[in-house]
Amino acid sequence: MSTLLEVKNLNKYFKVASGELHAVDNVSFAIEEGETLGIVGESGCGKSTLGRAILRLHEPTAGRILFEGMDVASFDEEDMRQMRQHMQIIFQDPYASLNPRMTISQSIEEPLIAFKIYKTEAERRKRVEELMELVGLSARVYNSYPHEFDGGRRQRVVIARALAVNPKFIVCDEPVSALDVSVQAQILNLMMELQKKLKLTYIFISHDLSVVRHISDHVGVMYLGKLVELAPKKEIFNRPLHPYTNALLAAIPSINLEQEKKKLILQGEISSPINPPPGCRFAVRCPFATDCCTASDPEFVEVFPGHFVACPRCIEVQGKKFVYE
Amino acid sequence: MNEEKETKKEQVLEIKNLHVHYLIESGTVKAVNGIDLSIGEGESLGLVGETGAGKTTTCMAVMQLIPDPPGVIVDGEILFKGENMIYNTEKRNEEIRGNGISMIFQDPMTALNPIMTVGEQLMEVVTTHENVSKKEAREKVIETLKMVGIKSDRFDDYPHQFSGGQKQRVVISMALLCNPSLLIADEPTTALDVTIQAQVLELIQKLQKTFHTSLLLISHDLGVVAETCDNVAIMYAGEIVEAGTVREVFLNTKHPYTKGLFESIPKMNDDSETLIPIEGQPPNPADLPTGCCFHPRCKYKTKQCETEKPPVRHQGHMYRCHLEG
Repeated sequence: MSTLLEVKNLNKYFKVASGELHAVDNVSFAIEEGETLGIVGESGCGKSTLGRAILRLHEPTAGRILFEGMDVASFDEEDMRQMRQHMQIIFQDPYASLNPRMTISQSIEEPLIAFKIYKTEAERRKRVEELMELVGLSARVYNSYPHEFDGGRRQRVVIARALAVNPKFIVCDEPVSALDVSVQAQILNLMMELQKKLKLTYIFISHDLSVVRHISDHVGVMYLGKLVELAPKKEIFNRPLHPYTNALLAAIPSINLEQEKKKLILQGEISSPINPPPGCRFAVRCPFATDCCTASDPEFVEVFPGHFVACPRCIEVQGKKFVYE
Repeated sequence: MNEEKETKKEQVLEIKNLHVHYLIESGTVKAVNGIDLSIGEGESLGLVGETGAGKTTTCMAVMQLIPDPPGVIVDGEILFKGENMIYNTEKRNEEIRGNGISMIFQDPMTALNPIMTVGEQLMEVVTTHENVSKKEAREKVIETLKMVGIKSDRFDDYPHQFSGGQKQRVVISMALLCNPSLLIADEPTTALDVTIQAQVLELIQKLQKTFHTSLLLISHDLGVVAETCDNVAIMYAGEIVEAGTVREVFLNTKHPYTKGLFESIPKMNDDSETLIPIEGQPPNPADLPTGCCFHPRCKYKTKQCETEKPPVRHQGHMYRCHLEG
């Protein structure tokens, strides 16, 4: 396997009235071909901005995005447009991402027309039918409109549209968050099947850790624009090192009644990403924070093979209880 | 089999055979179809179901806030401490709402008036329901805010100056101002991040214990219900398909729909590759299937399920299915 995408020191700052909003701050990672990188974090942590910045739907402020070794951050507009054949995105809300006045087949056909992939209408129609079958939509809904569909089937249309141009890489931004659990499972299974069949590489952005755990090979945890921990799935769930990752895992309501309840409730709320002070962003909520945490930005270091953490005290405080004074 | 509890506590809320329909131009939407529920003093009941299952309609019926037209309570009784709210005068129900029953809505952003300070809004609740001076009302509001963890110096702030979690705390304090006997919380944490959700759920539980309030918690998240409630009722297509103590229903699941829900959730302690989704979509309440409403999606269906309503069975807890055990 080879590395498909490598992101190096990616920054995305937004200018706002009161200064600079650090949405994505010095994020680096790599994804192997055919793998899924899950990105988790709470609202406002910059996970969606990261996904969009990789496709340059937000222009990165600094950093490099190497897709198959080419730095797409330096591409001009036309080259980037062509590049998007290989890089697609699926959004959270299937209600907002389909044009209500286009039939679903028109929506799926749109990228084929935009990239002039087929010469004749008949060829395009064949491809659309093929795609619909691939995502489990029956041929009789060819001329249906999105309003006739529920969320699950709309998301299938969105997936078919993203797959139309044969991409290698898809950013999935909370693709199942708007769906009910029974339908969510259908879409997750579909996405995993398609990944195997078409050798797709995913970045899977979600706030739901159990979903991310299910679909990902590697998991990255973000907090206020920073990637605070990155590790293979097993590592991060069995041996979470960053205090924030620990808190996040403990906060998930569990259906397992036998499991002992870990009461580890994080206090306070996420601080402002505008002109953040130096040092660890999590320090104000972290019960283990000392002066060394606020003095300078913690380094993102490989603590165990493939397991990166940005916390100077993570080994020292491992397994210790959260106690607030 | 568990024997039913001999000594029944006084029921704060009893719903008997409730039917709610919405009469619209294109037909009748059968939102709630004959449900029975009861909540004792200090008890908590989780009502679980997917979009369109009739959860919110049920709470609105309890509050006597069904929009009429098009909504009609076709049949049934809603007894609040033995008093049938359906036959009450509007004036009496207005007294009960706020004093006897309070409600917390899903979206704290829209539950507060943006052009009134938080303090003013809370004072309004007290002065409407209780005969007190402004000074006393102000003291009561400040005390309640303190209980939910909001400092008194935020009294004169507007809702937009609060974060999502803080707004939900304000909404909770508003619901608790008049010491209601029953608190209805409609997806109170769905709009919040997990770490904030954990804080808010802990707060609701703590307050419920302190004031001995009964709780009706609506949620689509089985984990939230497992951590917060004593009893659970699973709703599908306007019917309760399974109900009992959380332990009984979670560990000794009987109904195929409930089983399907558990199988669809990605679990944190399970590494299985594929999820087992419930095939198909929830039924359209304007066009419910004949027989058992779940039969089109059920793995175990027989001829009988297609035509006959399933009987109510009791095996440790109540469920509604043709299949035995």
